[in-house]
Amino acid sequence: MSDCVNQSRRSFLEKSAVVGAITIAPGILLHQVANAKPDDQPVSDTVRWGMLINTNNCEQGCTDCIDACNTEHGLVGNNRPQSDTQYIRKVTLRDKMTGHELSLPLMCQHCETAPCVDVCPTGASFQRKDGIALVDKHICIGCRYCMMACPYKARSFVHEAVNNQTLSAPRGKGTVESCTMCVHRVDKDQIPACVEACGKGKHDAMMFGDLNDPNSEISKELEKHGGKQIRADLQLNTAVRYQGL
Amino acid sequence: MINRFLRITFILTGLVLLFPVTGSAETPLPVIHEPEGDGVKCVEPEDVMRRDHMNFILHQRDETMHEGIRTSKYSFAECINCHVEPDDNGNIAAADSKDHFCNACHEYAAVTIDCFECHADRPQKFINRGGKSSALQEEMHQMLTVIEGTGGELK
Ligand code: SF4
Ligand code: SF4
Repeated sequence: MSDCVNQSRRSFLEKSAVVGAITIAPGILLHQVANAKPDDQPVSDTVRWGMLINTNNCEQGCTDCIDACNTEHGLVGNNRPQSDTQYIRKVTLRDKMTGHELSLPLMCQHCETAPCVDVCPTGASFQRKDGIALVDKHICIGCRYCMMACPYKARSFVHEAVNNQTLSAPRGKGTVESCTMCVHRVDKDQIPACVEACGKGKHDAMMFGDLNDPNSEISKELEKHGGKQIRADLQLNTAVRYQGL
Repeated sequence: MINRFLRITFILTGLVLLFPVTGSAETPLPVIHEPEGDGVKCVEPEDVMRRDHMNFILHQRDETMHEGIRTSKYSFAECINCHVEPDDNGNIAAADSKDHFCNACHEYAAVTIDCFECHADRPQKFINRGGKSSALQEEMHQMLTVIEGTGGELK
């Protein structure tokens, strides 16, 4: 597993001075994320953004991450849980033998070999060089192939006219959407809203950082304690990893 | 003789078509909101913006979406931040009103834009989740409420 994550570590080390992320406690990253790029520079594959979720710290019934995500992206439902947009949801797993239950947040896993990108007929479903999987709603035709292809059911279709979007998260009827890893925040050196909320709520179950940087908090933690992929058998090399599964 | 008559008729018809007599009921030019404040200047001269704003926005759109370039010069959000302001009563005209900065000209020129199907039509500080940003969408929601018989309030 960590082989995949480490793929471009060496080249990264050669290319740039590495600055560690500033932490105040494990899991809580200060707003500033190291090695963020200037506004006028394109993203590059020296960085691969990822998340590590410690399910042992994730409280059952807590929705801090979901609430933060909904606020950040202006996701207002229409009281139709079957079709209302979800970028992130809580999943409860129960071990049938021991009865042990654990709860975890599930969102787009930002797969390296993303099925949603493979199947898109227009190129709307794409991946940025830094690994973030997105839908370019300007060219999405709403065919929903990507929704069918995603093994994590991470994508939603906007069925109804939307108003009062936030300025930084445009979304509208007839297009597909999913977790953007808060790309608008990440590009401004901030961490995703869910990770921030989890830390603020003192749960510390989520960590965000650069998987390609061996000195980032997330890479160090992955190296020390590992982190599993959900449905690792699909070999998608996801950027979201879980501990305690 | 007949030829000459025809030629004159054609020329006269042409002249009438070229210079129609303009009455007083001409469509009034759109009133555009100019951003207030000293030294506030657009990123390009007015005539350049008038012709090319769509190209600037389109170019920036792809760079931001696919490459994460987030300079503010041709940023759509920055157009909105500067040009969309509340009127004297504190109300903001929605994107489908002729008082909205963008729609003022677009309605005049009969060029429909769909930017605001997805993008916010006002600066972040004026976005009010419970508010109505468009009469049409409000109407649709009311229709849905009736159809589904929920009677509940749709946000
Ligand atoms: S989790 Fe689903 S939506 Fe996200 S990159 Fe993978 S296939 Fe695409
Ligand atoms: S719904 Fe949009 S993003 Fe998804 S496959 Fe179709 S065109 Fe691509």
